[in-house]
Amino acid sequence: MKPTDPSITWLEEKPLGLAERLYLPLFVSGLTTTARHLVSPKVTVSFPEQRPQVGNPLIYRGVHRLNRDEAGRVKCVACFLCATACPAHCIDIVATESPWPDREKYPESFQIDELRCIFCGMCEEACPVDAIELTSLLDLTGKSREEMIFDKEKLLSVYDMTKDAEPAKSTALGGTL
Amino acid sequence: MSSFLPALPTIVALVKIGLLVGGLMTAAAYLVLVERWMAAWVQDRKGPNRVGIPLTKVRLFGLGQPLADGLKIILKEDFTPKHVDKVLYTAAPLVILAASLAIFAAIPFGSSLPPIPALGLTGEEPLLVAPGLDVGVLWVFALSSIAVYGVLLGGWASNNKYGFLGGLRSSAQLVAYEIPLGLGLLGVVLAAGSLKLDTIMNAQADSGVWYAFAQPLGFIVFLVASFAEAARLPFDLPEAEQELVGGYHTEYSGIKLLLFLVAEFLHMVTAAFLIVIMFLGGWHLWGVTGSGPVETWVVALVRFAVLSAKILGVILFFMLVRWSWPRFRFDQLMNLAWKVMLPLGLANLVTVATIEEFRPQLVAALGDGMGRTVALVAPWVVFFVGWIAAGLLTPSGTDNTPILTHGPLDVEHELAET
Repeated sequence: MKPTDPSITWLEEKPLGLAERLYLPLFVSGLTTTARHLVSPKVTVSFPEQRPQVGNPLIYRGVHRLNRDEAGRVKCVACFLCATACPAHCIDIVATESPWPDREKYPESFQIDELRCIFCGMCEEACPVDAIELTSLLDLTGKSREEMIFDKEKLLSVYDMTKDAEPAKSTALGGTL
Repeated sequence: MSSFLPALPTIVALVKIGLLVGGLMTAAAYLVLVERWMAAWVQDRKGPNRVGIPLTKVRLFGLGQPLADGLKIILKEDFTPKHVDKVLYTAAPLVILAASLAIFAAIPFGSSLPPIPALGLTGEEPLLVAPGLDVGVLWVFALSSIAVYGVLLGGWASNNKYGFLGGLRSSAQLVAYEIPLGLGLLGVVLAAGSLKLDTIMNAQADSGVWYAFAQPLGFIVFLVASFAEAARLPFDLPEAEQELVGGYHTEYSGIKLLLFLVAEFLHMVTAAFLIVIMFLGGWHLWGVTGSGPVETWVVALVRFAVLSAKILGVILFFMLVRWSWPRFRFDQLMNLAWKVMLPLGLANLVTVATIEEFRPQLVAALGDGMGRTVALVAPWVVFFVGWIAAGLLTPSGTDNTPILTHGPLDVEHELAET
């Protein structure tokens, strides 16, 4: 598009008044703004000593967990919906026949590669039984790549660790399960 | 035995040089920390507060940060790209640092020390490396012009478009602002009647009227020009990160970059020294330090403390300004230098020259008190008139519509025709 194009409207700037042309009011307002911020309260969180406030744990997307049902069994029915929904392909499930009468399958192995995960929350949304959920744990660290592949036991232990602070999301969000 | 030792003045000069260079380097390192703190606080952050005493858990509000910063940049790879002019590329940081350090030979960093008979110093010892230098101000200006060569050489020798543009901008900007800088300075030199910086300082201490009050227009012109000379925001076009990556030091890394950065901070320190010494009374403060010889250590230390406090204040102002104003566009920069600062500087010079020439007649005609008052008020009248005139003459808006030429460089027009 050329500068002469008729569809371009050139806007006229508001002309400066005398006070602004003398530069002094602008000078003073600039300095007072910076000076005010110089002494205003700081927003930085000193991380290891001070934990950042998670706004709403219900919608926060941190480390995953696998929920347990009332009997303490893994809730997952190995339907592969989360693995299918995952855009990063970081969920790896091996399903086998369930030993319990209330479902056909259960995961023999359930692995999430936390290094590949992009924390989009699609798995949580896809899950028909609210078995996989994202907690509000935000500092996910490890010393090796292997350590960052979370297996079923680890994911269940994340549930055990967080279940008191964060009960299953589905009921709080108006779910039925 | 004593014949093997150099003469006493030589030893004294060497000690002063050692103290000055050591002090300046430490100051530059800590000013980087202060700059980072100011930057953080202005942006509502906390800034560096972790590094304290090495190998311990003591934090000391981050006062160990300069050590970490210095070690980090020194231990980085000193990489020389293939496409540079090796000799000039290496020479540039050395030229700029040597020049910015040599400037301080003529700048007093305190009043003077009382006599120390135990060491054979019978007279007052001025805190100035080259006390006999009669052309102190000229020395400062000559060397700060040489420091510009460092920037130019660095940009040019890098054989890099960004470096080249930075060097080019720097040369245009520094040449333009040397003139208002010189005009601001000339007023002070006329009033004090000397090119020696310590004489200029003493003149203000004797009269008790700082030149910032006696020549407000000169002070403003000098202040703005010294911001530009130190290439600090809002005049940091030579190294505008957003436009030129790093400007003239784009291709530099490791210790060579460190030399450039230290030299840049030294420019700011030099500018602060000059502003304080020439316009803000140096070590003089009403009711605390007066004129007269230094007889006790207390007087010497108080004067040193006053001077240092003022310089720190000016440097903090430099840093606060950095976050208050956006960078000028290049044409605005040039307009300010040639169309505003140059006429204002000339007006100040004419005013000061007239007052100094007719001061005896003025005092004779109106009496001492009245004559002094008139000599003090007249520059302020010129200041307000000049300021308002400059404001009225500036355009009240910017026209950003592109100028459509049909000249030989108008490619679009030619393309449209073919």
